[in-house]
Amino acid sequence: MKNFSWVRPKTLAEASASLKQNGAALSGGVELLCLLKEHLLEPDRVVDLKSVSGMREVDGSNALKIGALATMDAIANSSSIRTNFRCVAEAAESVGSPQIRNVGTLGGNLCQRPRCWYFRDYHVKCLKKGGMACYAVAGDNEYHAILGGGPCHIVHPSDLAPALIACDADVLTTERRMKLSEFFHLPDSDVRTENVLNSGELVTGVEAPATMKGWKSAYYKAKERPSFDWALSSCAVNLKVSGTTVSDCRIVLGGVAPIPWRSKEAEDFLKGKSVTGDVALRAGEAAVATARPMSNNAFKVRLTANVVRIAILQAMGMPAE
Amino acid sequence: MQDVRWNDPKTTQYVNKHVPRVDGPGKVAGTAKYTFDIVLPGMLYGKILRCPHALATVQAIDTSAAKAMPGVRAVIEMAREGATMRYAGQEVAAVAADSEEIALDAIRAIRVSYDVQSHAVTTLTAMKDASRVSAPEEQARGQDPGQFWSSAAAVIEEEYYCPVRGHLCLESHGIVFRWDADDRATCWVSTQAVHGVAGELSGGLGIPQENLTVICEYMGGGFGSKFGAGVEGATCARLAKAAGKPVKLMLDRYEDQVAGGNAPDAYMKCKAAMAADGKLLAIEADLYGTNGPGRGWGVPFPYIYGVPNFRVRTHSVSTNAGAARAWRAPGHPQASFLMESVVDELICKLGLDGVKVRQMNQGSQVRSAQLELGAAKIGWERRNKNPGQATGRYQRGIGCAVSTWGGGGRGGSRCDVKIGQDGSVWAGIGTQDLGTGARTVVAMIVAEDLGLPLERVKADIGKSSLGSSVGSGGSVTTASIAPTIKMAVLAARARLFETAAPLLGVTAGELECAKGRVQARGNPSKSLRFEEVCAKLPAGGISESGSWNGALQQGGVAGAQFVEVEVDTWTGNVRPIKVVAVQDCGYAINRLTAESQVIGGVIQGLGMALLEDRRMDVPTGRQLNANIESYRVIGAMEVPDVEVVLFDTHDKVAGIGEPPVIPTAAATINAIYNATGVRIRTLPATPKRWFDALGAKS
Ligand SMILES: Cc1cc2nc3c(=O)[nH]c(=O)nc-3n(C[C@H](O)[C@H](O)[C@H](O)COP(=O)(O)OP(=O)(O)OC[C@H]3O[C@@H](n4cnc5c(N)ncnc54)[C@H](O)[C@@H]3O)c2cc1C
Repeated sequence: MKNFSWVRPKTLAEASASLKQNGAALSGGVELLCLLKEHLLEPDRVVDLKSVSGMREVDGSNALKIGALATMDAIANSSSIRTNFRCVAEAAESVGSPQIRNVGTLGGNLCQRPRCWYFRDYHVKCLKKGGMACYAVAGDNEYHAILGGGPCHIVHPSDLAPALIACDADVLTTERRMKLSEFFHLPDSDVRTENVLNSGELVTGVEAPATMKGWKSAYYKAKERPSFDWALSSCAVNLKVSGTTVSDCRIVLGGVAPIPWRSKEAEDFLKGKSVTGDVALRAGEAAVATARPMSNNAFKVRLTANVVRIAILQAMGMPAE
Repeated sequence: MQDVRWNDPKTTQYVNKHVPRVDGPGKVAGTAKYTFDIVLPGMLYGKILRCPHALATVQAIDTSAAKAMPGVRAVIEMAREGATMRYAGQEVAAVAADSEEIALDAIRAIRVSYDVQSHAVTTLTAMKDASRVSAPEEQARGQDPGQFWSSAAAVIEEEYYCPVRGHLCLESHGIVFRWDADDRATCWVSTQAVHGVAGELSGGLGIPQENLTVICEYMGGGFGSKFGAGVEGATCARLAKAAGKPVKLMLDRYEDQVAGGNAPDAYMKCKAAMAADGKLLAIEADLYGTNGPGRGWGVPFPYIYGVPNFRVRTHSVSTNAGAARAWRAPGHPQASFLMESVVDELICKLGLDGVKVRQMNQGSQVRSAQLELGAAKIGWERRNKNPGQATGRYQRGIGCAVSTWGGGGRGGSRCDVKIGQDGSVWAGIGTQDLGTGARTVVAMIVAEDLGLPLERVKADIGKSSLGSSVGSGGSVTTASIAPTIKMAVLAARARLFETAAPLLGVTAGELECAKGRVQARGNPSKSLRFEEVCAKLPAGGISESGSWNGALQQGGVAGAQFVEVEVDTWTGNVRPIKVVAVQDCGYAINRLTAESQVIGGVIQGLGMALLEDRRMDVPTGRQLNANIESYRVIGAMEVPDVEVVLFDTHDKVAGIGEPPVIPTAAATINAIYNATGVRIRTLPATPKRWFDALGAKS
């Protein structure tokens, strides 16, 4: 990696100022270290956000409030989050391995870069690195997007983001507050980034309204290697159930699109229905109705339909089998 | 010494029992030092610059910027201008520097210009270019298979593919090299052949072999990829010479995968026929695969089962990808997957009993009995009688497959045993422990025949300064070293008895060692403590050696495995639930490490079945997953209950390091079919393959 100077700011303002001088923020460092070692990022300064106090809150007892520096492990083990915002705890628990959850943070999880094997290969100059082509188009796109792809076909790797968006969360930054769903952008607006952060702008936390507390949620993640893997496809489901019918719902997919993918099709299908195994399956099919698989990832379409189906059944506490 | 035999298991305290590794605690506590752990005073770090292109000619190399960097002590060009680089990852230049970080910066500062040519990196793309395919080697027997296609009870015609896989040793390849004088050196190498490396490196460096000491006291796996020090070893020696300091050069995960060897792939188009009673009739097959840029690819096919009429054409394909190396039972896991898939498809078509048909089509009584035993252990009668009829999300099934291997020993080993006047016992042999428990074998055999506790024997291995021994490949280690150790300890014991006999007033032939004493056979009242006899030894104590005794070993082992899986038909995840591995291993020296070896083989075989797949990118020519993130290996959580049955066949030692890996993948794939009625013909059986196969089925 390129040599850098180590900055330990006391305040967010100091941190932002350092970041503007070709700095990179470090929270847990799990992901940043990968980027530095592969020369995908060559900052002059590495700014350790852990030296700033605060941003470690983990609370789901009323509104959901999670600080940017909260670890995956703290989120997964928060009983208030597990009780009231279950899909968020399940998503955090599904991340990586225990070591990664012990160190990786919310901020780092939301701001991590894609795992695309062309992007991660220093010797391949893809669109994200200022090149002229998305190599996944002509190459091996088994793990790439089936929804929303183009010109770049990455999938967003975060497990937390779909779950938080399913809880209608806002993201708080050093400059603003916005819907987390609007934080991420598709490649056609700026292919080199995945979110709308400005230079020097930092995520400080997320909040979801207390009104989501009574909803029924679940996060289901399909992996190639069950014990420890990225999502081949994942789904966060959050259902408002009145009597036996779904009066409102939010269904957000992970691992299938360049952003956490809210499926209005699945939501529209499900609203007003009472959930049965068949309804869950058809909601899953609705979620992928507009999918456009690439040359080597058609399997993700059928897989994703089932992933949505399982997540819905699990949210309802119904057997998924 | 003519009629030496292995100890009767009824009388032994160690040999043929379950004995924990003598070096286990050191490995857990971190006191066992691997090559990766070696740090010498003044040591530099070496790094290799590798070609990023799959096929290119080097036009110019400019190392001046690297040489000028502070902390850089040596720079070597490994490729000449005009040289052809035949895979992405081939070595171009190397540096040694004060720190690993400086070395990494320095190789990036080397400027190389390439003339890039068009490549072919996979068998399936390269086989379309006739110039990359060797003239087929044809093997045939019996009549033209073509005449059976219309008359046979069952005929299948299918394509199968088993991808290139890596070794993924826990410790990567590497070496620490120190020159002790102009013509004398010491090196620490992660290798499965310390004497082999001594010969290889000393020859290349032009120094006498006895002047080079190769050390590998502990190693983190080799699986066939670490017989030599390789080009990185020789380069490290040159860097150390140029810098005048010791150099450590360990490959990283990327380098290990692109340049550290792999198991070749196998692609097969096959037509096969079976008679109504389950007898195999005929096979016609074309096999393709790649060893990388070179030629000479092949797998044993037809495998194990007798096929009266066959015609098999083998086509070796040259690709621009890292070269293959031996990989645990070279060629056999691939052959097993291909053959057992074909056999299973035919059996399932006819609705026959897979165990009976397998027994009928092969000639070994041992294997037949193993199939019987394994079937009973797994509950073969529980298998799905109507694959494809189940409707639930989770579907279970059982599959089986068999294996064959050599595993006999080889001559050329020497073991030394020394007994001091102080009663200390030392045994040394220049073998190495690539994880199989060789050090424990040394201590066990010596302790057994001297009647001493295990911890009284200092077992010394992993140095080329010790008596010669074979490389640990082909499962030959135990069958080569155990007879050698046995002969050495018997020679030393004979000397001990010479001293003890007059003291006890009996002849040497009447003596035995038991429970720390030397005594008249069966008569503890006529005995001396081991130490009392040692105190009376002539000056210098005992120093004896032994060489290999072929009568104590025998090659030729069979195995049978049964795998039960649960398929999540909604996600395509396959969960192995239970494996029964029946493995014959002759006379097991250490049952514990033998069983552990079988479990390890099964785990690696499950990785082959479910996860492992080197992904070469056709357009860029680069490996997409040269890491351990997207090249996935089985994790502890995926390991099922593995029941090992050591099948004692005779009283001679046989090696089983490799054979347990052979049938696992095939048995797993057959189990998936049994569970679901879906046949996976391309490994590994990932969710993608599951849904692709479902699509092909409907
Ligand atoms: C082997 C492995 C497996 C993984 N598995 C998963 C998985 O299954 N699911 C998953 O979702 N993720 C996974 N991750 C990705 C990720 O590393 C972790 O999820 C973790 O949350 C990252 O957090 P961190 O604090 O370590 O991030 P860091 O490495 O500190 O930061 C990551 C990126 O975000 C930026 N950043 C950090 N904090 C902020 C902030 N507050 N504001 C703005 N930018 C910020 C950094 O500059 C950097 O670019 C995995 C990573 C690895 C290496």
